[in-house]
Amino acid sequence: MYQKNQTISTDKDWITIWLFTIIAFIGLVCIFSVEFRTNDDFLKSLFAFNKNYSKQFFYLILCFIIATFILLMDSKIFTATPNILYVVGILLMISTFVLGKTVNGSRSWIPLGFMNLQPVETCKIFVSLALAKYLSRPETDFSKTKSQLIASGICFLPVIFSLLQNETGLALVYFTFLLPMYREGFPPVYLILGISLGVLLILTLLLPSLHLLIGLTVLAFLSFYFLRLKIKRNRSILMVIFISWAVSAVFVGLAVPFIFKHVFQKYQADRIFSMVGRDNPYVTADTAELTSPEIQAENKKAKTDTENYNVKQSKIAIGSGGLFGKGFLKGTQTQGDFVPEQHTDFIFTSLGENFGFVGCTILMLLYLALLLRIVFIAERQRSTFSRVYAYSVAAIIFFHVAINICMTIGLAPVIGITLPLMSYGGSSLITFTVLIFILVKLDSDRQMVLR
Amino acid sequence: MPVYNESRKYTIRLIFISLIVIIILRLFTLQILSSKYKDLAEDQGMFRKVIYPDRGIVFDRKKNAILQNTNISDLMVTPNKLKGIDTISLCNILEIDTAQFRKRIIELIIKNGRSRPSIFEPLLSKEKMAKLNESMFKFTPAFYLQDRSVRTFPYNAAANVLGYTAEVDTNFLKKHPDEGYVAGDYAGMTGIERSYEKVLMGQRGIEYWKRDNKNRLTERLEKGIYDTLSIAGQNLYTSLDIELQELGEKLMQNKLGAIVAIDPKTGGILAMVSAPTYNPNYLTGSERRKRFSELFLNPALPLLNRTVSASYSPGSTFKTLQALIGLHEGVIETNTRFSCSGAFYGCGGAKPMRCLDVGTFDLRNAITISDNTYFANVMQRVINNPKYPSLDSALSKWNGYMHGFGLGRKLGVDVPSEKTGNIPTPAYYDKVYGKGHWNFCTFRSISIGQGEVDVTPLQVANEMAYIANKGWYYTPHVVDSMDGGDKYNLLGRFKNKIVPTYIPDSIFEAVHDGMQGVVDRGTGAGAKVKDIVICGKTGTVENYFRGVKQQNHSFFCGFAPRDNPKIAIMCVVENSGRFGGTYAAPIVGLMIEKYLKDSITEKPRLDRIEQLSKLNLMPPRIAIELRKQDSLRHSKDSAYLLAKGFLKTIRDTTGIDEDQIDKDELDKAKKDKPEKKQPLTDSSLSKSDAILPKEKPKPDSKKNKGKTKPDSKKNKHKSKSDTKKNKHK
Repeated sequence: MYQKNQTISTDKDWITIWLFTIIAFIGLVCIFSVEFRTNDDFLKSLFAFNKNYSKQFFYLILCFIIATFILLMDSKIFTATPNILYVVGILLMISTFVLGKTVNGSRSWIPLGFMNLQPVETCKIFVSLALAKYLSRPETDFSKTKSQLIASGICFLPVIFSLLQNETGLALVYFTFLLPMYREGFPPVYLILGISLGVLLILTLLLPSLHLLIGLTVLAFLSFYFLRLKIKRNRSILMVIFISWAVSAVFVGLAVPFIFKHVFQKYQADRIFSMVGRDNPYVTADTAELTSPEIQAENKKAKTDTENYNVKQSKIAIGSGGLFGKGFLKGTQTQGDFVPEQHTDFIFTSLGENFGFVGCTILMLLYLALLLRIVFIAERQRSTFSRVYAYSVAAIIFFHVAINICMTIGLAPVIGITLPLMSYGGSSLITFTVLIFILVKLDSDRQMVLR
Repeated sequence: MPVYNESRKYTIRLIFISLIVIIILRLFTLQILSSKYKDLAEDQGMFRKVIYPDRGIVFDRKKNAILQNTNISDLMVTPNKLKGIDTISLCNILEIDTAQFRKRIIELIIKNGRSRPSIFEPLLSKEKMAKLNESMFKFTPAFYLQDRSVRTFPYNAAANVLGYTAEVDTNFLKKHPDEGYVAGDYAGMTGIERSYEKVLMGQRGIEYWKRDNKNRLTERLEKGIYDTLSIAGQNLYTSLDIELQELGEKLMQNKLGAIVAIDPKTGGILAMVSAPTYNPNYLTGSERRKRFSELFLNPALPLLNRTVSASYSPGSTFKTLQALIGLHEGVIETNTRFSCSGAFYGCGGAKPMRCLDVGTFDLRNAITISDNTYFANVMQRVINNPKYPSLDSALSKWNGYMHGFGLGRKLGVDVPSEKTGNIPTPAYYDKVYGKGHWNFCTFRSISIGQGEVDVTPLQVANEMAYIANKGWYYTPHVVDSMDGGDKYNLLGRFKNKIVPTYIPDSIFEAVHDGMQGVVDRGTGAGAKVKDIVICGKTGTVENYFRGVKQQNHSFFCGFAPRDNPKIAIMCVVENSGRFGGTYAAPIVGLMIEKYLKDSITEKPRLDRIEQLSKLNLMPPRIAIELRKQDSLRHSKDSAYLLAKGFLKTIRDTTGIDEDQIDKDELDKAKKDKPEKKQPLTDSSLSKSDAILPKEKPKPDSKKNKGKTKPDSKKNKHKSKSDTKKNKHK
């Protein structure tokens, strides 16, 4: 059945490759628009390797070379090496504590001379492969708690090192492996609980609690109305609805205000709210009395000046884009460097300002197409290894896209994670290239049963 | 097992789709529904750079530029490039110490940020500029020089007419809310810089620039397609003769007073000298602030434009108008005679008004020798004319003439801060004495131009133009025309010929005869110029400062040549003492000669100029005041003085004080009322010794002084209005 196929053109999933290329190209254009000034010499600066867009251009070329290599490799190498790679990945992460270089306050980078490598980033590949390997073992029965614990262990070990490196954002990415595990039979309760808690937390931060309570009550009545036939047959559903409403209400109405008022220090609460670009609404009367109006005003000013700055600037840049945007290289916010970290974490703002709602929607649809295509690819695999791996890739991309974009539009706290294929940075770009092209390679060999 | 979980692939897809949908909905609200972010982005990402056009140039009647623009450099600094700059040698050049240097840099960083160029030292003086140019290479790139356009006065003359520009203050911004001024702009504050601000300023241009997060301007927005170009200010052509102006200023050196010369044919002002004046270039450069407060605190009030903002009793120069009214009202004829046996006794027991020459005079001679009795009789006849049913209506009629001649009201000249002067009306006397408690004898002294009557030098010059033209005048004005058309119709009112009352030429001829006599053989002989027939009238005006009698003001007004008059002129020398003919007449003579003959070449005349310009007639109170100020400067810190200077600036620019003062005057006059009601029988209200010169003291002059005390108080208010500016002690 297995035929050795040395050409890379046959039977590849070209849709994925094209989506990859288009998104990466859009990313390059966006980075270009951040840095390029109309009086610069375009060609000269593109090849000079001293501007971010010229560097990204070379990283992109490098990525195509790496992709070609991956496609020329034997698929079996991916099933044979995950365990070793996983160990290497963990060792790399540990080595940052010795060799590491501090960039933006996190000691997670290993200098390689021409670029900096971030092991947390690359480790995602190894964890995906290792998880796929473990779940595809014939002796693994994923319905057993023990296997579930081991699989979780594989996924969450890097989280510990990542947290130690002060890279909270990247640590969170590893929770996304819950998605492939869910596909393979992990109890959905955890996923549902995790997602709904997350959503509820973010909503409490974003909306006034009264609005949220009304919304929750309306939701409870709606579900009661739609499920009324089922409830007739099974009374316990009513209980579930009621209990979840009650828990959420208590969480929103009592727990969150209590925590923000009494558990957190004021500065902590402020910080959390500033991550979504809001002022802390839980400044109590007594704390307010302690500080004079001048100090309060000063605090408020300092806060708006520094902490909320990122999100506010990001919202201004995107919001000022309007329907069609201001046009390529015409964005005043992008050209004026108002958004910090615009070429990396906030690259989406440049798209939002220059190309407006239309441009943003097209990009979101491209990402959605990529995600759905990967799920489609996953489902056509015969081997569990390829399927788990494919879902891992989809989950990682999904998490990055969702969190990154939500953070630029003020729906999620600002945690430094990149927008896949768009953000400037060799480490991130190469990681996603490798993730996607291993999948393309595995998919081209889907006739083989890989373990 | 995988089969068992088959349905979960849909759940995962649903999660993906729903999240993307949420994001798109959020983007929709952010980018399309809300316009707030667009405004915010424009606020911080765009910069409207205002391009200031050059102000318009002002020319005199011979097309000499008398007010134009020049470039002075500002020293600019970009704080974040400061590393490795030779700070000490820069400090030496700028004459500051390093601590000051550091303080300034920190202030600039707070104001403008590190990476945006700010002005380190504005308007460098020539010396600093020369030193800096030599060693500028040491200070680049952190420091550089940037040109700025400032006003310059090539002739150093006509400071009070042309005015100065200064940074606008909050008060100014409040008064001109919709004219596009912002703090830091310059605007004309006095003179024609102020009255023609609209046309001189030109139209500002706007350039749209992109701005970055450090507040630096990076590049033009869309390559400048939204920009509007600036349009230079319109040039003004004035009727001033700058050489005549210079001569006038020279003659008035070391004196207080004013000269106004008008071309009677057009109403164009030829010269407008207010003495003392100042070098207008003092108020343009870097030292502006310091010099301004010096000028402002000077007790001689160099910043006051005496030609329009000071008012004096006109003295005998007023008699010409009385003659016109008398003749026109038919109460006298040119050959009517009155005799003076030494004083005017028309008011019975009241104190008589003296006359200098005893005898009987007809109108011509009465003017020539300035006979008090004659004009007291003329006015008495006018006021008591049975033609008019009441005293009120007679005085109102008389007021009507005076208003027609341009007195007691603003003429509407294009130089700001014009005062109305005062021509007392029935309402005025009702207020002072109460209704029915006054009659001609109460105010008989105004018949000879003393007492409550007040005129500005400009009004007197205009009155001369009126008499010279035999019955008409144009509103006096400085600006004749402007480049590019009169868009705001600022000049329209100067084109209307004003003919107040029809008075036949024969009446004017009689007055002209009398006035010619004044110069040919009377009190104004000092004004004589060879080959030119000059008509004139002298005046010697009594005045009081804070209740103390001062030296007389010397007045002379006239016009020349008698046929086809080309110049109507007046001169007042404050507190000069002696007669009107002593100082004012020769000054007027020289001015007329200069204007009509174009130059003065004869040796004796040139000597006369030098002699007059060296003559110091500053009243001693100015010197006393100066000394007081010096000691004050030592005792108080300079901040106090600066604050005062600032207050003055506001008063200078608002122009409210004029009306205010008039009101005050009235109020004070009212207060004097009870004092005056008692001796209403006119016994003590006269201004008897008005015309009496100092040289001829009469034995009863002391007694007179005591009696005229209430009058001197009234006079005090008047002189206060002249000298109000130095009352802030």
